[in-house]
Amino acid sequence: MSDKSKSLAKAEDAEHDYSAGLAVIAPDAVKDPGMEPHRVRMTDKSEAHEKRAARQVAALFLFSIVSSAFALYAYFAFPIVEGSNASVRDNTLLLGVGAAFGMLAIGVGAVHWAKTLMPDAEVSEARHQTRGSEETRARAIEIIDLANKESGFSRRKLIRRSLYGALAFFPLPGLIVFADLGPNPGDSLKHTMWKKGTRLTRDPDGKPIKASDVTIGSVFHVIPEGLAELEHHKLEEKAKAAVLLVRVDPSILKESAERKDWSYDGIVAYSKICTHVGCPVALYEQQTHHLLCPCHQSTFDLTDACRVVFGPAARPLPQLPIAVDAEGYLVAQDDFNEPVGPSFWERSVNE
Amino acid sequence: MTKQKLNNARRSPFAAILVILAGLLISGGGYAVASDAVDTTSVAATSQATVDAGKKLFLANCASCHGSNAEGTNMGPSLIGVGAASVDFQVGTGRMPGQNSGPQLMKKPVQFTEEQTAQLAAYVASLAPGPSIPSEEWVGEAALAAGDTMKGGELFRINCAMCHNAVGAGGALTEGKFAPRLEGVEAKHIYEAMVIGPQNMPVFNDANLTPEDKRDIISYLKYVEANPSAGGEELGGLGPVAEGLFVWIFVLGGIVVITIWLGAKSN
Repeated sequence: MSDKSKSLAKAEDAEHDYSAGLAVIAPDAVKDPGMEPHRVRMTDKSEAHEKRAARQVAALFLFSIVSSAFALYAYFAFPIVEGSNASVRDNTLLLGVGAAFGMLAIGVGAVHWAKTLMPDAEVSEARHQTRGSEETRARAIEIIDLANKESGFSRRKLIRRSLYGALAFFPLPGLIVFADLGPNPGDSLKHTMWKKGTRLTRDPDGKPIKASDVTIGSVFHVIPEGLAELEHHKLEEKAKAAVLLVRVDPSILKESAERKDWSYDGIVAYSKICTHVGCPVALYEQQTHHLLCPCHQSTFDLTDACRVVFGPAARPLPQLPIAVDAEGYLVAQDDFNEPVGPSFWERSVNE
Repeated sequence: MTKQKLNNARRSPFAAILVILAGLLISGGGYAVASDAVDTTSVAATSQATVDAGKKLFLANCASCHGSNAEGTNMGPSLIGVGAASVDFQVGTGRMPGQNSGPQLMKKPVQFTEEQTAQLAAYVASLAPGPSIPSEEWVGEAALAAGDTMKGGELFRINCAMCHNAVGAGGALTEGKFAPRLEGVEAKHIYEAMVIGPQNMPVFNDANLTPEDKRDIISYLKYVEANPSAGGEELGGLGPVAEGLFVWIFVLGGIVVITIWLGAKSN
C-alpha cells in the first residue's frame, strides 16, 4: 500500500482505517443528489380528496369481505359431484376467484391507504456503524475467556479431542444416504431389449408384424416382443427400445455396403429416440421421407440412413438391423450397434 | 278352453318342426332382404352408367393433370389403384381439384355434389382394385357410439398425436406443411385418410390399425369434440405455446402494471 493512497483513505474518512487494497478511490465520485423536493398530495391539500380516498380504502376492504363471503358461498353452492369434471372446475374456479379477490383487495386497500393517507414526507435515515464499540468488544472477549475457563475447554484435552472426533463422524450417516442416488447406470444405456431374433411387435398390444403387413408408405410404431408383458421397468425399456418401422420403395434407399442387409425389401427400422435430447421422433412425412422431431425440429432423412438434414441433433438415428423369420414375421438381427438417444458422459465418440 | 287347446298343440311333435321352420323363414327371408339391399346399393355404385358418368366428369375436371386415362402426368400422380376411398377423401374434402401448387393441398369448399363424387370414385375404382369407401359398419353413428374411446385415445396418442396433437388440434410439419385440425372432419374422411395416407400422411393399413382400431380412434376424436375440456378455455388445444403466450402477455403484464402502481407516488 502506498503512502499516497493511505493518506487519501485517511483524508476521506478519518473514522475508519480502510485498507485501500485493490479498490480505486475515485476523487470525482458521483455526488449524492440529495433529497427530491417534496410534492404535496391532493389528499393533503383538500379535505374532499382525503375523504374520498378514505372511502375508497374502506370500499376495497368491504369488497374483500364480499369476495371472501362469495368464496364461502361458492364452496357450498357449487359442490364437487362424483364423476363430474365440470363440477370440479366450477367449485375450484369460483372458490379460488373469491379467495383471490378477498386477499388482493386487502393488499390493494392497504397500499392505497399508505400512498394516499399516511404521511409521505421523505426522510433520510443514515446507516449506523456496524462495528461494535470498544467496550462491547472487550466484554465479548471477556465472556469467551470466562466460558473457556469455566468449561475447561482448553485445559481438558480428552474431552476436547473426543468432541472433535464426534463432530467429524456425525455427518457421515447423512452423507451415506447419497449412495442411494445410484446405482450407476453401468452399461444399461448402451443396450436395449432388442437381440437376435426378437420379433418386432405393434405398440401397444404387442402383436407381431409380418413383413407383408407393412405396405409402402406405412408407418408402424414398434416395441420389442415381450415388452408389453414386462412387469418392471416397462417404461425404461420402452424409452430405449421404441422403434419406427417404415416401408419405402427399395430403389430410393441409399444404403452403405455394411448396412446393405439391415433392411428387408424397403422396410427399415430406426430408433424412435432423438439423438439430441431423447424426444420421440415420430413425425414421418410420406412424400419427403423425412422424420421430424417435434421438440427441436431435428429432421432426419429416412432414405439416407437417417442422416440429420436439419436441426440440433448431432448424430443420425441408430438403425435396427431387421430380417424375416421362417413364419414371415419381422425380427431383429441384433441390438442397435450404438447407444440410442442423446449423448451422455460415458458414451464414446466412436460408439 | 282355447288355452287348453293351445297347450295341446304345443306338445304336438310337429310343433318343434313348425317353430324351426318359421324361424328359418324369418331369419333367412330377413337376410335375403337385407343382402338384397346391400347388393342393390353396391350395384348402383358400380353400375356402368355411374362409371361412365364418372369418366365424363374425370375427363372434364381431372384429366388435365392426372391424364386422360388417369395414368398420371408430371402435374399429377397416376390414379390407377388408388381406389374409391382416395377419390372420396380428396374430392369430398375439397382438396381436389387442386387450385394452386404450394407446400400442400388445402381444404376448400367442396366442388362436386355427393353424387358426382360417387361417380368419380366409381370410375377410379373401376380402373384397378384399391381401397373402397368405408361402410357404415365402421363410420356410421351407431358404430362410433359403440367404439371404445379409451382404446381409441391410446392408439391416437401412439400413432397420430405426434402430428395431429393429442386432441386433434393439428400441428406444423416442415417447410410450410402441416397436419390439419381434425375437429369437424367427417368420420368417413378420417377413416379414408388412415387407409390411403394422403399427401405426407403415412398409411395405416388394416394390419397396422384394424377397422375396429380405426373406429375407436374416430370415436375418441368425436368424443373429444363433443366433450369440451373441463379445465376451462382450451386456447385452441395447442398446449404450452398458446397457454404460455397467454400467461406471458396477460399475467406478466398484470404483474408489471401492479409493480408500476406500487412504485408510483400518489398525486
